Amino acid sequence: MMLQEPVVTGHPLADTVAQYVWLLPVLPLIGFLLNGALSMKAAAKLGPNDPSAADHGHHGSASAGVHDADHDDAHISHDDHPVVRHKYAGLVSLIGPGVLLLSFGLAVAIFFAMRSVDMAQPYVDTLFRWMPVSDMKINVALQLDPLSMVMVLVITGIGTLIHIFSVGYMQDDPGYPRYFAYLNLFVFFMLLLVLGANYPVMFVGWEGVGLCSYLLIGFWFSDKANADAGKKAFIVNRIGDFGFLIAMFLLFANTGALDFAGIAANIDKLPVGGAVVTAICLFFFLGCTGKSAQIPLYIWLPDAMAGPTPVSALIHAATMVTAGVYLIARSSLLFSLAPVASLTVALVGGLTALFAATIGLKQWDIKKVLAYSTVSQLGYMFVGVGVGAYTAGVFHLVTHAFFKALLFLGSGSVIFAMHAAYHATHNHADDAQDMRNMGGLKKHMPVTWVLMWIATLAIAGIPVFSGFVSKDAILGAVFERAQGSTLANASLLGIPGSTLLYAVYAFGLAAALLTAIYMTRMMLYTFHGPNRTGADAESHLHEAPWIMTGPLVVLGLLSAVGGWLNLPEFLPLGPTGVFDKWLEPVVGASTARIAAGGGALAGSTEQALIGTAVAIAVAGIAFAFVRLKPAALVPKKDSPPSFGFAKVLENKYYVDEAYDKAIVQPVVNGSKYILWKGVDVGIIDGLFVNGSALLARALGWIGSQLQSGQIGTYAWVLVLGVIALLGAFVRVH
Amino acid sequence: MNDFLTTLNYNSWILPVLLLLPLAGAAAVLLHGRLAAAGTPEQAEGARHQLRRMVLAIFAIEALLSLGLWWSVDTTSSTWQAYFSRAWIPMWGMRISLGVDGIAEMLILLTTLMMPLAVLGGWTSVKEKLHTYFALLLVLTTGMLGVFMSLDLMLFFVMWELMLVPMYMIIGIWGGQRRLYASLKFFIYTMLGSMPMLVAILFIGVKTGDSFGRPSFSYDWILAHGSFAAHTQLWLFAAFFIAFAVKVPMWPFHTWLPDAHVEAPTAGSVILAAIMLKMGTFGFLRFAIPLFPGVAAYPPVRFAILTLAVIGIVYGALVAMVQPDFKKLVAYSSVSHMGFVILGIFAMSVQSVQGALIVNLAHGVSTGALFLLVGMIYERRHSRLIEDYGGIAKVMPVFATILTIVSLSSIGVPGTNGFVGEFLVLIGSFRTQPIFALIAATAVIFAAAYLLWALQRIIYNPLTKPENKILPDLNWREVGLLLPLLFAIIWLGVYPGPVLDKTRDAAARFVHRVETSSLDLSVGANVEIR
Amino acid sequence: MLAEALALSGVLFVIGVIGVLTRRNAIIVFMSVELMLNAVNLSFVAFSKLYGATGQVFVIFVMTVAAAEAAVGLAIIISIFRHQETVNLKDINLLRG
Repeated sequence: MMLQEPVVTGHPLADTVAQYVWLLPVLPLIGFLLNGALSMKAAAKLGPNDPSAADHGHHGSASAGVHDADHDDAHISHDDHPVVRHKYAGLVSLIGPGVLLLSFGLAVAIFFAMRSVDMAQPYVDTLFRWMPVSDMKINVALQLDPLSMVMVLVITGIGTLIHIFSVGYMQDDPGYPRYFAYLNLFVFFMLLLVLGANYPVMFVGWEGVGLCSYLLIGFWFSDKANADAGKKAFIVNRIGDFGFLIAMFLLFANTGALDFAGIAANIDKLPVGGAVVTAICLFFFLGCTGKSAQIPLYIWLPDAMAGPTPVSALIHAATMVTAGVYLIARSSLLFSLAPVASLTVALVGGLTALFAATIGLKQWDIKKVLAYSTVSQLGYMFVGVGVGAYTAGVFHLVTHAFFKALLFLGSGSVIFAMHAAYHATHNHADDAQDMRNMGGLKKHMPVTWVLMWIATLAIAGIPVFSGFVSKDAILGAVFERAQGSTLANASLLGIPGSTLLYAVYAFGLAAALLTAIYMTRMMLYTFHGPNRTGADAESHLHEAPWIMTGPLVVLGLLSAVGGWLNLPEFLPLGPTGVFDKWLEPVVGASTARIAAGGGALAGSTEQALIGTAVAIAVAGIAFAFVRLKPAALVPKKDSPPSFGFAKVLENKYYVDEAYDKAIVQPVVNGSKYILWKGVDVGIIDGLFVNGSALLARALGWIGSQLQSGQIGTYAWVLVLGVIALLGAFVRVH
Repeated sequence: MNDFLTTLNYNSWILPVLLLLPLAGAAAVLLHGRLAAAGTPEQAEGARHQLRRMVLAIFAIEALLSLGLWWSVDTTSSTWQAYFSRAWIPMWGMRISLGVDGIAEMLILLTTLMMPLAVLGGWTSVKEKLHTYFALLLVLTTGMLGVFMSLDLMLFFVMWELMLVPMYMIIGIWGGQRRLYASLKFFIYTMLGSMPMLVAILFIGVKTGDSFGRPSFSYDWILAHGSFAAHTQLWLFAAFFIAFAVKVPMWPFHTWLPDAHVEAPTAGSVILAAIMLKMGTFGFLRFAIPLFPGVAAYPPVRFAILTLAVIGIVYGALVAMVQPDFKKLVAYSSVSHMGFVILGIFAMSVQSVQGALIVNLAHGVSTGALFLLVGMIYERRHSRLIEDYGGIAKVMPVFATILTIVSLSSIGVPGTNGFVGEFLVLIGSFRTQPIFALIAATAVIFAAAYLLWALQRIIYNPLTKPENKILPDLNWREVGLLLPLLFAIIWLGVYPGPVLDKTRDAAARFVHRVETSSLDLSVGANVEIR
Repeated sequence: MLAEALALSGVLFVIGVIGVLTRRNAIIVFMSVELMLNAVNLSFVAFSKLYGATGQVFVIFVMTVAAAEAAVGLAIIISIFRHQETVNLKDINLLRG
């Protein structure tokens, strides 16, 4: 395996601010430690010396902790009660977002340092040896290159905004320090994920973010559904992690390296299109389907909405779930050698985009709509990186981070308002996240309304908004590759690549139409039409405080103009293709390898494609406006049950149920009744262990019957035995 | 540090002292039992407290003394370190020969450092026959350390059996409801396993013989001069295999473990899991495989053992998932983890063998901590059933936090000790045995399933049961004894380099020895052991 | 001389064996055992004429053991009698499996 050390020397970044790159993840780690300590300090009331004394009732010492945590369910503030802030809220509000802001500042500084030097080679900073075993030398090393820089900026930038938003959103939660501790820890792992200079370090981040996701989804753990959702997320992700592990093993066994530089140096050992490299890529992609919620492992993401809404924005929309896209972009060298794997990525991405969009059409929970929308948009990104348009995929990742974070935070602000209103009216029955209970919120929350429309137009792909630019780049790339590329020449399951790519293009267009429809539906039902909260509650609805709307405004701005980062040629509103050029050193060669054999699209074709995409987006929005009647909606408790295909969609095609029946139940029951009760207790213990004990006992019983207890008998046996022996002795001699 | 130890002549006395100190301690404990006033209840309680502190002090001194090994042992040397040898029964060629290499050193340190924690873990829960209890713990320590140090096959066997009796009594006297069944099962299983080994040891010792024609049980001598026909080697290996496989425990010889773990008192479970389960794998590394490398390299044997290991990995994880009793769950998870160790050892790549050693240490720390945690909550609630809990993170946040961290390390989340071991085992095995590694890797999924599910049902979910609402959180003693384990979990996970360095050469020699051997089963073939 | 002594020893031994096998009273069985021991003693002494004093040393040994055995054996018999009110071997089967 290549050592990372030599690469550092002489790198133009070596003497700049980039040498502090290790501080990027360490700052949030410090935040985690401080907030974690504060959380423990507030919660801990250590028990008596002899714990068995608990029987006799130590109500006094324990009850303090109980009351502290008792109002978990009332985590949202309300206006007629004073806000109860955590004992250390002030300190935590300073540390939590503070470390992120520092990290972001450092990231920006490194970014500017990076802009002024030649980044043909990545800058690798080896911190310490991790697993040095024989010919395998795995170090804890961080790598800075344009790709990881993009991710770092998104994570720390969006992360800071979401941390600030959380200060308002979580203000009276009793687990306030714990929340920020988890959030900081998440950022630490996420930065480790994107900065890792080898796959094992990346895997630390990869699993670490999954862990934080688990902890944050189950943040309000007293509700079984939340704890279930967290556990489901972790376990489903572990299935993906299994793939990641196997891919690493294959890589190491075949190239002898696990660091990116070492793999690049040994890439000749992997023949183009060979079984090994294809297997490596497919196993990596299995990891991606887990982390980035693609078919067949997407099922955890909608459930993950059980966590606090800012968590959904940060982890389950902007950063963690895009780690799979990052992984493929990072491994572009490998994927460009495996056209079949790349085709699979694109196909699965396209299918997921369409599939999730159909479910999004019929969801009533505002966060569930956004969750399926996220799954669908992640599908787009995979289409992008699958067809070798790595910059387009990563660019969609960035713009999606802007507008989806905005949508989630906006929905958070809506839920916050709904909760407050319900709380003020002592309504504990109605669901504050169900769109049927909302309606007409635009006059109460105008800022949120405007900002969310910006995000909606962006995600729908209306020109000049950020989503239009990135989505169009992906769809254009698919069409281009379908016309000619190594992918078009390959085939998957006997179907020619070009056919598949045209199909993926069609899926993408269909998903775009559905996206426009369901997003408009969400906006209409939430903000337009009559109010369905009831008159009492309506008077308590109002806009969130500035600490929450502030980050929304920033994100709104980014969603609107984020496309400027990578303007296409036909939209010369500024310098074009900035983002493409930025990532060129990392993915340029891989893109070229995949695109080999095809040419750029003709100008007229390109215009036709863009025209189609825009027309579809506009048509979707128009369709939703014409067909959907917010005025006809009734609150959730009065709604009739749906039927037919709508019911199937509302129940997400019953995929969860099918998985439960087909996989979970058989494994659990098989383990319980066959392996445990059958093999373990029945055969091994019953038959062999206790069986042999029984056998010994039976033999012993037979032997014991010979013992009459009569000395006379024994004496006769003895004498006869002696005589027999003597006789034998005499005969021998 | 090393200079200081040299001036003390540390290496020349440390091993026998480590063995004798607990024995002397046991004598002192029994003497205390004779002398201590057993008058009023207060006096008795005072005497008990005095005794506890005395025993803790003995174990602390033992641990402190052993710490010097970290510096004094030259793990790069190919000769035994801290070597000690005295005549024992010269006529039969038995000597008291002690010595360590990097592998044994780490396991000795694990033992001496875990013992004080085990004592602290049972600080208040054991109340009866305290003197006997502590004397047994001390004798047990000698036995366990002796196994790791012995360089004489007979001495090894004596130490091996010396471990057995105290643990049998600890389970049988201070155990739970079904303690007699469990202790007897434990005893007979182990005994049945070790009898063939005794025969094999006698056979080897007598057949090899020293230059005067007397038997010789010296490990080094046998390594250098032993010579057996290929078929004999198979049989001898099988005899060792049974003894070690029971102890590991490998599937299907594992069913004593859940019972023993469940019924043993906290300290017993901790010692069983953290230290005694390491004996089997250590036996493979030190005796069974180096003595018969040809057999270990023989493909059918290897295939069979790897198959059992992988079955154990997956099977243990699946069965753990459906256990209603938390201690049983941890016991089955041990079966799974120890399967990784066997997989690593028999995959025979340097990475996998080193990984196996790390899994050994990691399992010792994590599972030890898990049993301590179970013991703590059992003392409060007198139940090990998972369904009796739920939501206790609210009343015991410190306990919940520590349990979460320890569970994560057991699951093998990167950044904790569990990951380093499993990763090395798997990546090493994948080079030589890809199919087995592939199947074993599925355990990462099941491990998450069983522990997180249990975790959810214990510390998360609604806090509904009234008994649970008054549970007091951990006290300072309990937090204090868990902190070193938490430190070890993170340290081994983030910076295992120093430990890997210490075991590197021993592991490399081990792999080299096997790689250069083969077994010729053709008639008349007589294979030198080396 | 030797032949006669050995013959006497053999006769005594057989009488002892028959006594052990046929009598039911524990005391008599016990005495028969003593008879057997003394028969052996006799042959030891007879052989010592041929092979030196070792035989006589052994006789002392046997007598010592016999004395000890008699003490223990009689004690057992007495203790059995106290419990069972009998010394008839037919009625004593404590060792029955």
